[in-house]
Amino acid sequence: MINIPVEHYLIVAAALFSIGLAIAITKQHLIGILLGIELMLNAVNINLIAFSRHDPERIGGQLFALFVIVVAAAEVTVALAIILRVYGHYRSVDPDKINELKK
Amino acid sequence: MEIAAFYAFSGLAIVSALFILFSKNLIYAAFALFLTFLGVAALYVLAGADFLAVTQIMVYVGGILVLLIFGIMLTQQTDRAAVSSTPNRVIVSITRQFSGFIVGAGLFGFLSYIIVTSNFKMTGETNISRSTLKTIGVELMTSHLLPFEIAAILLLVALIGAAYLALNRNPAHD
Repeated sequence: MINIPVEHYLIVAAALFSIGLAIAITKQHLIGILLGIELMLNAVNINLIAFSRHDPERIGGQLFALFVIVVAAAEVTVALAIILRVYGHYRSVDPDKINELKK
Repeated sequence: MEIAAFYAFSGLAIVSALFILFSKNLIYAAFALFLTFLGVAALYVLAGADFLAVTQIMVYVGGILVLLIFGIMLTQQTDRAAVSSTPNRVIVSITRQFSGFIVGAGLFGFLSYIIVTSNFKMTGETNISRSTLKTIGVELMTSHLLPFEIAAILLLVALIGAAYLALNRNPAHD
C-alpha cells in the first residue's frame, strides 16, 4: 500500500480552507456565508485525520474530528433558525442591510 | 492507483469549492458543496478513517445540506418579478470580490509556505489496513466519555434552541 505523504493532505486542506474563507467574505447572503464556514470546518477535519494516520492505536485526531462534526451540526441548525428569524424581521438576507439590533 | 484516486478526489473537492466561490446562484453553490463533501469523504477513506467518512456523508450530506437547501428556499427574495429570470441570485460587489480574493490567496500562500518549509518527522507506523470502528467505540466509552456526554447535551440544547428560535412569534399572526 503506497503511503501518500502528509504534506499533500495539508496542502489540499489549506486550499479548501482558503476557498471557504474567500466564500465567507465574498457572498452577500447569510446562507452563502454559512456555506463557507462549513467548508472551512471540513478542511480542518482533513488536517486532523491526516495526522491521525500516524497514531493508529489511540486515534485522537479522528475522535476530535467526530466532535467537530457534532459541533458543526449544532451550529448550522441554530444559525439557520437565527437566519429565518432575521429574514422574517428584515425581509432581507444581505448582511450589509442588517445594521440595526432593533427596528 | 491510490495516488491517482487521491489526486482525482482532491481535484474534485477543490474544483467544486471554486465553483461555489464563483457561482452566482446559491442553489448551484449548495449542490457543488455536496460534491465537495463527497470528495472530502473519499479523502477520509484514503486516510484510513472509514467510520468518519460514513459519518461525514450521513451528517453533512444527509442533514446539513438538506437544512441549507431548505434555508435557501425559505429565504427567497420577496420581489418576485425582478428576480424571476435569475432566481437565488447572490449580489457580489466588486470590492468584496477583491478583498475576498486578496485574503484567500494570501492565506493560501502563507499556509502552503509553512507546510512546504517545515519538515514533519513522523514517528510510529501508519497501519491503516484495519477498521477503526472498534478503536473509536472503545475510546469514546473510556477516555472520551465526558466529551461524548457534553456533545449529547449540546445537541439537545441546540435542538430545543433552534425549535424555539424558529417558532413564529410574530404578533400579527397570533
